[in-house]
Amino acid sequence: MSADRQKVASVPSQRSKDQFLELYRQMVLIRRFEERAAEAYTQGKIGGFLHLAIGEEPANVGVMAALRSDDDVFTHYRSHGQALARGMDPKAVMAELFGRATGVSKGRGGSMHLASLEHHFWGGYAIVGGHIPMAVGMAVAHQYTGSDRVVVCIFGDGAVNTGAFHEALNMAGVWRLPIVFVVSNNLYGMGTAINRSSAVTEVYKRAAAYNMPGVRANGNDVLETEATVREAVEKARAGEGPSLVELMTYRFRGHSMADPELYRSKEEVEQWKARDPIAAFRRRLEEEGIATAAEFEAIDRRVAETVDEAVRFANESPEPDPATLFDHVYVNP
Amino acid sequence: MNTSRKLTMARAISEAIAQEIERDDRVFVMGEDVGIYGGIFSATAGLYEKFGPEQVMDTPISETGFIGAALGLAMEGMRPIVELMFVDFFGVCMDQIYNHIAKNIYFSGGNVRVPLVLMTATGGGYNDAGQHSQCLWGTFAHLPGLKVVIPSTPFDAKGLMISAIRDDNPVIYMFHKGLMGLGWMTLIKDTTGPVPEEPYTIPFGRADIKREGNDVTIISVSMGVYQSLEAAKELERAGISAEVIDLRTLVPLDRETIAESVKKTRRVLVVDEDYLSYGMTGEIAATVMELAFDYLDAPVKRLAVPDVPIPYSRPLEQFVLPSAPKIVEAVKELLYS
Ligand SMILES: Cc1ncc(C[n+]2csc(CCOP(=O)(O)OP(=O)(O)O)c2C)c(N)n1
Ligand SMILES: [Mg+2]
Repeated sequence: MSADRQKVASVPSQRSKDQFLELYRQMVLIRRFEERAAEAYTQGKIGGFLHLAIGEEPANVGVMAALRSDDDVFTHYRSHGQALARGMDPKAVMAELFGRATGVSKGRGGSMHLASLEHHFWGGYAIVGGHIPMAVGMAVAHQYTGSDRVVVCIFGDGAVNTGAFHEALNMAGVWRLPIVFVVSNNLYGMGTAINRSSAVTEVYKRAAAYNMPGVRANGNDVLETEATVREAVEKARAGEGPSLVELMTYRFRGHSMADPELYRSKEEVEQWKARDPIAAFRRRLEEEGIATAAEFEAIDRRVAETVDEAVRFANESPEPDPATLFDHVYVNP
Repeated sequence: MNTSRKLTMARAISEAIAQEIERDDRVFVMGEDVGIYGGIFSATAGLYEKFGPEQVMDTPISETGFIGAALGLAMEGMRPIVELMFVDFFGVCMDQIYNHIAKNIYFSGGNVRVPLVLMTATGGGYNDAGQHSQCLWGTFAHLPGLKVVIPSTPFDAKGLMISAIRDDNPVIYMFHKGLMGLGWMTLIKDTTGPVPEEPYTIPFGRADIKREGNDVTIISVSMGVYQSLEAAKELERAGISAEVIDLRTLVPLDRETIAESVKKTRRVLVVDEDYLSYGMTGEIAATVMELAFDYLDAPVKRLAVPDVPIPYSRPLEQFVLPSAPKIVEAVKELLYS
């Protein structure tokens, strides 16, 4: 990955051990949760396509760690990890993947449409770029009401070539809105490598066109991600306007479970896997004497239980009743 | 024509495109992941290897941009086949489709030709939720200026694609994901069907009577035809002879074949995987009223997706989608109540 950054985020050195371990726990939770989801998919318990973020966990966790609980999150369809990092209940998320009545969206939305208002998690969206304008709209509302909440809008490198991206970022720039745009740049949009789809492959540079700061950070480093996003969020909160943060990352799995991956080499994928960001984080904390192997193993065990419980809950939950079919099409039917 | 060879619908489509490219080098393919990936539903598989990136062009995720660009290509005499990966994504680029592609011939007083094929994937049944499971052909058939083509078999898929490419008007060509015969997603038992090797065309506006019958006419397109044929077999066991009409194109619509069939059977069921209200079923019902009202023994019956976004949940989704058993039940209601 290129170290070509407009600005290198400073990693805060003062942080409690618990905070470090919590970041680790969240990343492992996402990894294990998604592995089990993949398994359930091959068993036919989850339908559709199923997009996993395995390999991108630090980018998921780092963003959420930088937010206040009442800040607002909009994201795309690759969102299980973000939902979990936002604190949504793994049971209700897994149940949604299983299409159950107990799921976060009551089985209506599935993997691509997770939403929880309580967590200010306004949804995963399956139309690439479709959610960027509405995120801007929420930031207009915050500015109008004088709220100090900040909106964070996450999307992939493929989304930056949609009209919605340009229109929305321009408005955010003109109106100096309290919003942070986060692009998870995993180098591919489905089967198309970024250099085959984008005239400028350094996405952060596009910020210049909308008169906002653009920053690139290592999305596989959870601390760097958090620090970079935090700085942008605090700027927005202070009324200093929007930012575009580009997080460099890589998805270990196919675009979805149905992807034959003919567009990238096995060697490339293996190289990235060899630098597994969760293992690297753990090694770093161990080497710096922040936590011991036994402590990590205890977390791993707890996570395994959480995920088992989520799968059990999803399996045992009822399917939605067809009598409720027309529920939620309108607020008041 | 030799029909002993069997192909999947996906192969039939990509073969049609390949043969047309070989025949006319102005034929041009563009869309997201249509090249190296081969199209996510394999409609363009093998074309990139055969014809290269100049003629089989991968695009950014910029539907307004590249679908609009296809119009420019067409106006200059190229014959683009441009893929909108899922029809559900139409919202992003509808202005290009409806206000530009569908109207440019008219606005030029007939001087401009728009030989453009907009190919797109439709349909649900595999739990892909409300932004990836719609059919929406009624939406496209509603506004003037586009031809709307919907194959239900590999044979029709090839002939209709070749006709679409050779047509000087914009054509939206809507295949059903579950009919493509893909190993990783198939919603049907017979994944292949007879397809002649040589190129052939199927004229638009000519419905195909996929099965003859006397007691009831079942009218549908796409997956609905497949399900109706299954239902017809079941009905036959119950002593009911069902005629199954595959419209194949909604624009132009073969109203004559509909009317003739209804005059014979006196009862009609319209089956549609698109939404119920303001759609294909309503249009067919109106056509029957206009052309064959006096012959009807019962009101036209409609089986379509109720007016609700396609739910993700499997039982809810199955509840809203048409199926062979639901068709059987609807026919029995039509006949006996
Ligand atoms: C408007 C629209 N066009 C195309 C698609 C199909 N599609 C879904 S995801 C995707 C790739 C998006 O890539 P990126 O934004 O980089 O996100 P990633 O999947 O890599 O996380 C495409 C083309 C879509 N869902 N919506
Ligand atoms: Mg990407």
